[in-house]
Amino acid sequence: MNKITKYIYSAAGPILSIIISLIFGAVLIALIGKNPIDIYTKMFSDTIGNSYGFGQVMFKSTTLIFTGLAAAFAFKAGLFNIGAEGQLTIGAFASAWVGITFVNFPWQIIIPLSLLAAFIGGAFWAGIAGYLKARFGSHEVINTIMLNFIAMALVSYIVNNIYLVPATIHTPEISPESVLLRFDILTGMFKGSPFNLSFPIAIGACILMYLIINKSVLGYRIRTYGFNPFAAEYAKMKSGRIILWSMAVSGGLAGLGGLNFVNGYKHYFELGLSENAGYIGIAVALIARNNPFAIIPVSIFFGILEYGGLTVNTLVPKEIVTIMQGIIILLIIAVTKIFEKKFKVKTV
Amino acid sequence: MREQTANSVSVQLIDIVKSFQAGYNANDHVNFSAYPGEIHALIGENGAGKSTLMNILYGMYQADSGKILINGKEAKFRSPADAIKLGVGMVHQHFMLVNTFSVLENIILGDEDTFRFDVIDMKRSKQKVIELKKSFEINVELDDISGGLAVGIQQKIEILKLLYRNAEIMILDEPTAILTPQETEELFKTLAELKNSGKTIILITHKLGEVLAISDRVTVLRRGKVTGILKTNQTSSNELAKMITGRSIESQVIKKSAGGEKIILEVNDLYINNDRGSLAINGISLIIKEGEIFGIAGVEGNGQEELAEAICGLRKISKGTINIAGIDDFKKSIAHIPANRHKYGIVKEFTLEENLILGREKEENFSNGWILNNKKINEFSEVIIEEYDIRPENSKALMEGLSGGNQQKAVAAREMTKNSDLVVISHPTRGLDILASEFVHRTILEESKKGKAILLISSDLSELLKLSDKIAVMYNGRITGELDPKSTNENEIGEYMTGLKSNKR
Repeated sequence: MNKITKYIYSAAGPILSIIISLIFGAVLIALIGKNPIDIYTKMFSDTIGNSYGFGQVMFKSTTLIFTGLAAAFAFKAGLFNIGAEGQLTIGAFASAWVGITFVNFPWQIIIPLSLLAAFIGGAFWAGIAGYLKARFGSHEVINTIMLNFIAMALVSYIVNNIYLVPATIHTPEISPESVLLRFDILTGMFKGSPFNLSFPIAIGACILMYLIINKSVLGYRIRTYGFNPFAAEYAKMKSGRIILWSMAVSGGLAGLGGLNFVNGYKHYFELGLSENAGYIGIAVALIARNNPFAIIPVSIFFGILEYGGLTVNTLVPKEIVTIMQGIIILLIIAVTKIFEKKFKVKTV
Repeated sequence: MREQTANSVSVQLIDIVKSFQAGYNANDHVNFSAYPGEIHALIGENGAGKSTLMNILYGMYQADSGKILINGKEAKFRSPADAIKLGVGMVHQHFMLVNTFSVLENIILGDEDTFRFDVIDMKRSKQKVIELKKSFEINVELDDISGGLAVGIQQKIEILKLLYRNAEIMILDEPTAILTPQETEELFKTLAELKNSGKTIILITHKLGEVLAISDRVTVLRRGKVTGILKTNQTSSNELAKMITGRSIESQVIKKSAGGEKIILEVNDLYINNDRGSLAINGISLIIKEGEIFGIAGVEGNGQEELAEAICGLRKISKGTINIAGIDDFKKSIAHIPANRHKYGIVKEFTLEENLILGREKEENFSNGWILNNKKINEFSEVIIEEYDIRPENSKALMEGLSGGNQQKAVAAREMTKNSDLVVISHPTRGLDILASEFVHRTILEESKKGKAILLISSDLSELLKLSDKIAVMYNGRITGELDPKSTNENEIGEYMTGLKSNKR
């Protein structure tokens, strides 16, 4: 079994699932008395059919790449981080705080500082969950859920009491130097869409995750622990340290997702900016099977669904798109299993 | 063996092909047959395809092509449940009993006689089991709780389970690997009973002595193909060994004289709790010097594993001390071949080369402390594969695709090549074929000649006698006997193992 056929088999499952769910969605649309072909045509021409729409898709995908990586990184260690939502919020706020506070710094300094702040913010937040698991054995799912609530309440308190611009739910703007430029300003493409320089950072994060997981001693230990914690113990790896590091890097990746909104789009921190990207990231990671490079196309696909749902919002209920998302996820999981059994291939 | 005619064949496997990875057939057009009232031994190297073939026969795997005939009729098994309906059952190496159930409950589990509404008719079930016990002279207490029973008895339960399901064709996978000599003898008596009652017994084994002692015919597999079908009384262990390996093997490993004076491991008045919190090690002291092989015999579950784990830093000590010469942080640098290789020794999702550096990833050769040196790792792996004859010869092969024996070789290779003064070894050759066992034995001796102190835990007494400079027998968490391998024998060790004898307080 060579690599290429392996990739073809790996891609075949998701593609088949998408086709089936499109058919299922068509039935639903027909049932509420609309023409599915019209709806799909609009959905696709407004998303990948024009450059503004595609920019919107890519903007949404950028956040999902980060949260997808976050979930995938934790999965590698056998940990379930469902707190990307909170970690992203903390990361976004940390980056906004840097941008608001250090107004005189040039971009060469403030941008790396914002990146660092976003990463450390998310890493710290997930690190708490990791520490609790490593030290007391409390389950990371519970820890991260609870920390989501705390994160939301905490930033809400800080924004409302310290940074609020009256009559809004957001902070003042960050300094112009800390802005990650939009591609429409840079290149003239994607006119009017918020697609911005966070995207190359996201691609960089994919590469970084690949390198850490596959080429570093830490990554080797994370995978060992993820596959077989007993073998990790036998090999004298310190499981507590592995848990802490995996959660921290995972949270840091989610935190970086905050840049896309704060530094790339609105230029301020706003309550509720995460818009469930943290949760969708879990689905992204599952479908991409925790492969950091597969996360990119899968995120774009979810970007299409997310934004496509908005474009047809006036014609069909948004829930139809949500239902399709759910069906796709279920199908992909089932279909890949069937593929593996039937064709005796381990998909990547 | 009774006179056989073609139509009395109970099992016929015709032209079986099974492949797990493209281009390599685990079973390559295999033909196999066995008769009622026959004990048929199936032998071959690790990865020769014995387990695959038997897994096909009892419905665990489905063949890619080929036919299964049971009593002359073609059978299609989609699961072991299908197979047992036609009287085909298997006793595995790892028993599948519910520890908290009584013996009787385990025997009838899944096939209970019931009243209406699925209420179990214990009386009727019990009667049936008692009759089976009687007719095959198998002695077990039906009301005992299964968990705490000796492995020999657990094995009897497994056999009764099959009889209860009216199995006519019984496959036993290395049944003697974990038995004491006395238990083995009893098992053979039972097998003879079964044979006389007309059952077909298929025995997968590595021990040629057993093949010659008990079987009627032998089928030899090598690399997925049948290389010989023989009548046992017309063959010899030399001939069989040649058929298994394709060449004649070197004779006995030559033992060297015991090592130096420097004490490497000193265990003093050690007490250790097991997982359930009761005492597993009940006051053990021992000393191993450099170049010495210290063998520990014992029926499994008498504290040997806990001792090994404690020495390797995997288990907490409740009292006593463990001192290892020259090593402050001894937990780091002890080579350890664990008894439970699937749980501890390997990561089955990893490639072979990744497994070969498990626990050694920070060694200078394999990384600079942060970044793995994949080139060096691959080179190391290629050398090991060659030297230890691991198959498939592919560093990137996934560990789960390797046969049990090759996995064991990989673990042994990793630990034996580790730079450590002390090597703790549990059951190094369990599941290994003759050639691989010989190889591992030679490696152990070579490493001990280099001055390594070796703690060798094994239930294979011939292995212990062959390699050890000293043998200690553990029973109930204590060392009940210290014996000189030159002046003792398997039977004597067996008596210490079962607590009949003790030369200590």
